[in-house]
Amino acid sequence: MDLNILWFWIIGALFIGYFVLDGFDFGVGMSLPFLGKDDLDRRVIINTIGPVWDLNETWLIVAGAALFAAFPEWYATLFSGFYLALLVILLALILRGVSFEYRHQRPEATWKKRFDLMIVIGSAVPALLWGVAFSNIVRGVQLDADFNYIGSFFDLLNPYALLGGLTTLLLFFTHGVVFISLKTEGDIRQRAQRLAVKAGVATIVVAASFLVWTTLAFGSLATGAFAALAAVALIGAFLANLRGAEGWAFTLMAATIALAVLTLFASLFPDVMPASNDAANSLTIENASSTPYTLQVMSWTALFAMPVIFLYQGWTYWVLRKRVSRTTVSAHVESAGH
Amino acid sequence: MNEWLDPLLLSRWQFGLTTVYHFLFVPLTIGLAFTVALFQTAWVRTDKAKYLELTHFFGKIFLINFAMGVVTGIVQEFQFGMNWSDYSRFVGDVFGAPLAFEGIIAFFLEATFIGLWIFGWDKLPRGLHLATIWLTTAGSIASAYFILAANAFMQNPIAFRINEERGRAELTSIGELLTNPIALASFPHTIFACFMVSSGLVISVAAWHLLRKQHEESMRPALKLGMWMMVVSGALTTFFGDSLSLAMTAAQPMKMAAAEAMYKTATGAEASFSIFTLGTPDGVSELFSIRIPYLLSFLSTHTLNGTVEGIDNLQAQYVSLYGPGDYTPTIWITYWAFRWMIGLGIAHILVAVVGLWLTRGGRSPQATWVWKIAIWSFPFSLLAMSVGWIFTEMGRQPWLVFGLLRTEDGVSPNVSGAEILISLIAFTLIYGALAVVEFKLILQAVRKGPAPLAEPDPVSGKVKPQVTVY
Repeated sequence: MDLNILWFWIIGALFIGYFVLDGFDFGVGMSLPFLGKDDLDRRVIINTIGPVWDLNETWLIVAGAALFAAFPEWYATLFSGFYLALLVILLALILRGVSFEYRHQRPEATWKKRFDLMIVIGSAVPALLWGVAFSNIVRGVQLDADFNYIGSFFDLLNPYALLGGLTTLLLFFTHGVVFISLKTEGDIRQRAQRLAVKAGVATIVVAASFLVWTTLAFGSLATGAFAALAAVALIGAFLANLRGAEGWAFTLMAATIALAVLTLFASLFPDVMPASNDAANSLTIENASSTPYTLQVMSWTALFAMPVIFLYQGWTYWVLRKRVSRTTVSAHVESAGH
Repeated sequence: MNEWLDPLLLSRWQFGLTTVYHFLFVPLTIGLAFTVALFQTAWVRTDKAKYLELTHFFGKIFLINFAMGVVTGIVQEFQFGMNWSDYSRFVGDVFGAPLAFEGIIAFFLEATFIGLWIFGWDKLPRGLHLATIWLTTAGSIASAYFILAANAFMQNPIAFRINEERGRAELTSIGELLTNPIALASFPHTIFACFMVSSGLVISVAAWHLLRKQHEESMRPALKLGMWMMVVSGALTTFFGDSLSLAMTAAQPMKMAAAEAMYKTATGAEASFSIFTLGTPDGVSELFSIRIPYLLSFLSTHTLNGTVEGIDNLQAQYVSLYGPGDYTPTIWITYWAFRWMIGLGIAHILVAVVGLWLTRGGRSPQATWVWKIAIWSFPFSLLAMSVGWIFTEMGRQPWLVFGLLRTEDGVSPNVSGAEILISLIAFTLIYGALAVVEFKLILQAVRKGPAPLAEPDPVSGKVKPQVTVY
């Protein structure tokens, strides 16, 4: 098999891993104002992702590094081209990450409020902008003959991309709320279930229009099939939420996100960064890639490392499988001081 | 106006600023992961409460610091593409692989097991929980190896061929790339320097409490461990620093000449090492200096009568090799950074040696100034680390990849000065604000001292660890 094709799909898989995992972190962060009635509630919410947000974010670092190594031209064009958008994502991720760690270091309410706000912004902004960025990749951007982006920042804010951003925002929000219902107990769990149903309606409407637009404008029969499956999974997640089947709802939300990302990658293939002004300037899996030797080295590494990684990350989630409750959190808070 | 919006200058400032900043947190993460793992191992093996107290106490400082290392690290990876896209296109085939290895092999390990360590106190058996901090340590050390291997390619490009048609460097041997002599020397040099930084922290914190005669039960053993670790890691940092200077002189003779601000080629006794120089601002002529004869010859060649090439000679060689241009790094930076790194490093080892003597057999010096000197161990060990990195990176200039790609040729051609100015200001503001918060939180945790543990179990007499929540 052609290694360029393999690595295109590995990059896709890494971004699927990132969006499925950090996606619920974003949703959990965004849900603070909706589900966190008091400080203890907010602590319960944050503790559902406390042990895993960092490992989930690491999927982005790995995806970025793999992109650099396997498709240097794609990495260079994308990161320099989307400069300001990525800057905003970086700043948001910085604020979110330190807030998880800083929030509980002092007891004052104003201190906590400040970091709660930063968690909400630091989660919502990347959730929106990742959708904007990936929609623009699929839609195509203006590239010169050296594959440098020649559009402006505002070109990225077109209706299709904004709809894509809204789609990821809502998908991640619902995904996170479902995750909270899966990981908590008592009142907050029930409120999360109800919120997941409400958010589910909006998510279905927006995500379905985005998937239809993607399929009609940039898709094929295959991508249409992925998009249709994504829609089916999303509706399935909604029904599962209605019946209070949290495990199913979460699994189906994860499947929805995976299939939606798959739809985007399938729409791209075999381009990686289509040029909207001149097809000759498009980056493809051929002209953007590293040498077969480098791809081979990377393939062997991935082949040996990824199964081990799946094992220990899966084991981690299993160790942390217990639900977080107000009683457990408050007991620990008392013993630790604040 | 346009001068201020020069994308090259702004990108260099941004990369320098964000890298130096990121590299304040990384050494402490690597060093403290190891130190905390030592304390926890001591607790698991002896069941003594003081070791558990120290594990929790330094663990808390470790975590406050860790988050900053993570979030500022993502910026580093993104910046290659954002600000240095032509560099990324040129080296991606070679440079990307160690970066990808770093993510797949090291970062996943570190990020997964740190989560389990923080939240796993009541969820994992004791031995398995201990393993999580050791795996975190292993991940952090492995990440240092891969990033230094990538950096070594920029200092000493090997294991590649140039593809003229694609205009890029292409990897020819991953084994050769990962065993770059510069990487093999800089990796242990850097890791042991990280241990110096964490032992500096332990010494500072313990001395601060002991000066106030508080928490003596736990802080005395902490001070001992800190000082022993400083002496051992200091000796090893020096040893591998010496290997590194040998490899560096072979690969980048200009960097060695710049470290010494030596313009004329010198042999034997003439190849002296100046401890201190007063001279004209450009360093071309000197007014006064204290010199150790032969030392530079020894550092560069491991012989007393070796020849060390001077800047003028190398500049002329490079002009004939690479065409007209200035191939000299900024001399005052390399000269002074090199001295501060070595001077502070030696000072820390001395402080620890003297400290071990003064505290031998349970003694405790009464003079407060002795403790006050010890308290400065941490900030100055961090400074030594920082100037060491500044030296190695500034000594590479004007090259991005030595002999292959100039810094000015690596910058993104399509990102405007205004955009970079925006990001530079944004990073400066946010990093500045976070530095203040971070510093205050660490100070607060240090002042508070180890938190008292719950009463030991009446039956077994053993203490139980504290469970962390966010």
